Amino acid sequence: MLKFPIYLDHNATTPCDPRVVEAMIPYFTNNFGNAASRNHPFGWEAEAAVDKAREQVAKLIGADPKEIIFTSGATEADNLAVKGVFEMYASKGNHIITCNIEHKAVLDTCKHIEKEGGEVTYLKVKDNGLIDLAELEAAIKPSTILIAIMYANNEIGTVMPMKEISAIAKKKGVLLFTDAVQAVGKIPVDVNKDGIDLLSMTAHKMYGPKGIGALYVRRKNPRVKVTAQIDGGGHERGMRSGTLNVPGIVGFGKACELSMNEMEADTKRLSSLRDKLETALLKLEEAYLNGDKEHRLPHVSNISFKYVEGEGLMMGFNKEIAVSSGSACTSASLEPSYVLKALGLGDDLAHSSLRFGLGRFTTEDQIDYTIEQVSTTVNKLREMSPLWEMYKEGIDMNSIEWAHH
Amino acid sequence: MAYSEKVLGHYTNPQNVGTLDKSKLNVGTGLVGAPECGDVMRLQIEVDEATGMIKDAKFKTFGCGSAIASSSLATEWLKGKSVEDAMKIDNMEIVEELNLPPVKIHCSVLAEDAIKAAVNDYRQKNGLPVLKIDESVVH
Repeated sequence: MLKFPIYLDHNATTPCDPRVVEAMIPYFTNNFGNAASRNHPFGWEAEAAVDKAREQVAKLIGADPKEIIFTSGATEADNLAVKGVFEMYASKGNHIITCNIEHKAVLDTCKHIEKEGGEVTYLKVKDNGLIDLAELEAAIKPSTILIAIMYANNEIGTVMPMKEISAIAKKKGVLLFTDAVQAVGKIPVDVNKDGIDLLSMTAHKMYGPKGIGALYVRRKNPRVKVTAQIDGGGHERGMRSGTLNVPGIVGFGKACELSMNEMEADTKRLSSLRDKLETALLKLEEAYLNGDKEHRLPHVSNISFKYVEGEGLMMGFNKEIAVSSGSACTSASLEPSYVLKALGLGDDLAHSSLRFGLGRFTTEDQIDYTIEQVSTTVNKLREMSPLWEMYKEGIDMNSIEWAHH
Repeated sequence: MAYSEKVLGHYTNPQNVGTLDKSKLNVGTGLVGAPECGDVMRLQIEVDEATGMIKDAKFKTFGCGSAIASSSLATEWLKGKSVEDAMKIDNMEIVEELNLPPVKIHCSVLAEDAIKAAVNDYRQKNGLPVLKIDESVVH
């Protein structure tokens, strides 16, 4: 029996794995100590729990536990990485290179840096959602202090060529930061093999709780430092003050351990379900896959259904199936997804997109139901769409003088 | 954002979806919006030449649920109205009837524009002066 609603928006957030919640519970009540209380058993117990979690988190990305700085989430970690490097390495230069499909937490932080006198280059991605390595190399100059390129994109799931990017960074002596929120726990990420100097991640995208994330900061070859953005008691080696969120950290650690153990099986199962969904939906006329088909996460598919508007499409089934759309009909700006536009998609195709994000608890029944519902609704709305009618009559839509708003 | 029952009703069971023969002299067609904006509405009226009353109205809309509901409602209201009265339909009446939230007011504006464009198309075809339309504020 199918239970509704079906959740296919795992790039937005994931449910906590029950095993994660179980691990966390004692740290709300009995073991409530402050990990910074060095003089009694309550503090010792909390500290031990944090140490264990720090190891679990570090292990997942091939890091040393000392290189993990706990934060409130990835937005804070992104801010700490970019602003922290910009301030710490001010004497070396003020130029940062990023790309135009980064998450807002990185893009808006870069905008802030520009106001502070920094210079930022926003590389344009190719139409498959990946950056051009030659362009990256050409953008590096003597004042460049940081390359900030995401590991995997949140809207289209494309995975950047991180090893090639880090080889360029290393050759030029520039630090590499990656927002790896969507990749960590889903595909193998190893800070040493990938050559990453700073990396942000968050628990709630990998079946852990919300409100806890981390920044990896390399300690050797080279030793990287960031200027703290939150001042206080000097927690987290002085890089992030504030009493540690012990239950959150414990849950984060457990989530990392589970992801590590189950990654291979999850990837195999989810990519096969994703492919089933994608193959069926792409059989619909005028349906297009967004982003590179090969270099991407195993559990994501972003598809545009031309001549149907995304929000209108979701309304056909959103009481039963939760997905997300690149259409921005509800946003005040009415601008569709900047990520899809960066791929060179027209606004019309960007408005027509749906993102399907599968997860650990997604079943084949759910996918079958989704295929049926989405197909039916696309067909129904096309019967109602003046654009579909024009397309079928062979009218060139570019020949029409649209009343632009 | 949750949709109102009325929006859901029109979305699930839209009224007067279809196409009228635009080559006929008594059919007026209004096509407003743009694919890039995520909303295109085509609204058509068929006028009874003897009485000047709208005897049929059809729509097709590319857009969100509120845009579909606004156009569906507009066609319902148009049927049986005189061409003159059709011009008096105000977008805020659509907003009230469908309980549209502020972010969706543009859908009602689009419907009002579509009605006016259809009436003017009809007038033009029949040698009547085109009525001046105030620029809508919210788009």
